[in-house]
Amino acid sequence: MTTVAERPAPAAGRPPVKGSIWTPDALAASGSAVRPGAPRVGVLALQGGVREHTEVLLGLGASVAYLRRPEDLAGPDGLRVDALVLPGGESSTIDRLLRVFGLFEPLRDAVAAGVPTLGTCAGLVLLARTVLDPAPGQRSLGVLDVDVRRNAFGSQVDSAEVDLDTTLGPARVAFIRAPRVERVGPGVEVIARRGDAVVGVRQGTMLGLSFHPELTREAPFHRALLAAAAR
Amino acid sequence: MTTNQTTGTPLVKRGLADMLKGGVIMDVVTPEQARIAEDAGAVAVMALERVPADIRAQGGVARMSDPDLIAGIIEAVSIPVMAKARIGHFVEAQVLQHLKVDYIDESEVLSPADYVNHIDKHAFTVPFVCGATNLGEALRRITEGAAMIRSKGEAGSGDVSEATKHLRTIRREIAQLQATWHSDPEELYVAAKNLQAPYELVREVAETGQLPVVLFVAGGVATPADAAMMMQLGADGVFVGSGIFKSGNPAARAAAIVKATAAFNDPAVIAEVSRGLGEAMVGINVADVPAPHRLAERGW
Repeated sequence: MTTVAERPAPAAGRPPVKGSIWTPDALAASGSAVRPGAPRVGVLALQGGVREHTEVLLGLGASVAYLRRPEDLAGPDGLRVDALVLPGGESSTIDRLLRVFGLFEPLRDAVAAGVPTLGTCAGLVLLARTVLDPAPGQRSLGVLDVDVRRNAFGSQVDSAEVDLDTTLGPARVAFIRAPRVERVGPGVEVIARRGDAVVGVRQGTMLGLSFHPELTREAPFHRALLAAAAR
Repeated sequence: MTTNQTTGTPLVKRGLADMLKGGVIMDVVTPEQARIAEDAGAVAVMALERVPADIRAQGGVARMSDPDLIAGIIEAVSIPVMAKARIGHFVEAQVLQHLKVDYIDESEVLSPADYVNHIDKHAFTVPFVCGATNLGEALRRITEGAAMIRSKGEAGSGDVSEATKHLRTIRREIAQLQATWHSDPEELYVAAKNLQAPYELVREVAETGQLPVVLFVAGGVATPADAAMMMQLGADGVFVGSGIFKSGNPAARAAAIVKATAAFNDPAVIAEVSRGLGEAMVGINVADVPAPHRLAERGW
C-alpha cells in the first residue's frame, strides 16, 4: 500500500456535510431508508447504539428514519413515523440531549398517544415512570408504568451475554451495565426475567428491555414492534 | 428462566463502546470534576491524577492513578468510569480491573512500561481502548484484544491537527483497502504484510469498509468546533482531555462540546454553543513540541 489508491467516488445524492456516524450505507444517500409500503420506524439518533438497531430493522424490511429534531417526528402532515425505537446509550446523556434539542415533550406525547415503541437499556430507562437512581437532574418520559434501577447488575466487568427465555421466544442477548425493573405497574406484562430480576416488560404497544437484542442481532422484539405498527 | 451467561466476551466488550457512540468522554482528576462532566452530559469519564497538559508541563514518569482517586470517582458518578494503564503494564491493568473500572485506556499519555509489547488484552474481562495513528497500529491493537480504538492525537497540546491527521489516515487507509478488495483482492495479502496486521482482520476491514470496533478521536480537542469537525470526519465520538478543565469555564465548555458533538452537522448549533465560553486552554502547537516529547510516537 505504498501507492495512493484512488478513493471511491462519493455516492450520488450524498449530503454535503461529511460524517458517517448514524449512517450505514442504506441511510447515507437520503438520510433515511424509505421503502414504499413498509412501516416507517423512527430511531432516536442522539447518542448510543443507533446503527445496530437500524441494521436489524432494515433486515426485517422496515423503513428507518433518524430522529434528531422535533420535525423528524412530526410535521404539518402529522406524525412521520409508524413506530419508535429508543436505543441504548448513556441514559443521562440522551435525556439531556432530548431537552436541548426540544424532542423531550414531542417524543413523550407520541409514545403516550400509542405509537408502538421499543426501548432497550437506556431506552427502557427513558420510558420508565420512575428512575430510582437518576443522575442529578435526570428525567424520564414517565410513560411506562415501571420503576427502574440503572446499572443494577454491576459494572462493565459484570456485563454478559445471556441466553434468555422470553414470552416472545428464546434469545441470546447482551446485558451491558444494564438496568432492571424493580416495580411493575398493574397494566404491565412481564415478558422476560433474568433470575429473579424483571428485564423485559410490555404495556400496550410499548416494549421495554433491560438488554440489547440488537447487538446479537436477535429480531423477535423488533418483529413484535413491526407487527404492532402494522395493526 | 436464565440458563447460560458469559462475561468478558468480545461482543460485550465492544458493546459498551457501541453504547458510547456519539458521546463525549472527559478527563477528570477529582470527584467534583467527574460530577461536572456527568452534569454536562458526558457519556463517560476518564479518571486520572494529572491531565495530559500537566503531565507534559511537569515531566517525570507518569503512572496509573492512585486507587483511592479512581474509587472516589467511581463512587461520585453513575456513568462509566475509565482509567489509564501504562503501555505494556499488565499489572496496572489487573489493578484497574480489580477496582472495577468500566474501561482501561492503555495509554501513550503515561510513560510506557514496555517498549516492545502491549498488554495482552484478551486475558482480561474489562475492555480496553487503545490509541492509534494509522490503520496498521489500530489493527495490531485489535488483534491484541482492544475493544475500542481512538486516535492518539497529541494529548495535552490543545492542537487538534494530529488528531485530524490520525483520523484521516485511518479512514483513508480503510477506503484504500476497500478499493483493493473490489479491484484486486489478491493484493490484500501484501496489504496485510505492509500493515503488519493479520490477513483475516485486514480482509474483514476491506469487506466491511470499517473497523470491527468503535473509532473515537482523542488528543488536542479543545473547542465545540474541534469536536464537530472530528465527527464530520467520521469519528464515532470524542475524548476531551485537558481541553475542558484547563479552560476558563469548564462546566459551560463541557456542555457546549456535548451539544456540538451531537449536532455535529449543524453550524447554527455549533455557533450558538460556542458563544461566550471564555478562554479555551492556551495549548501548544505540535510543531513546537520537541520530537522526544511527542506522546503520539509512543506505541508500536
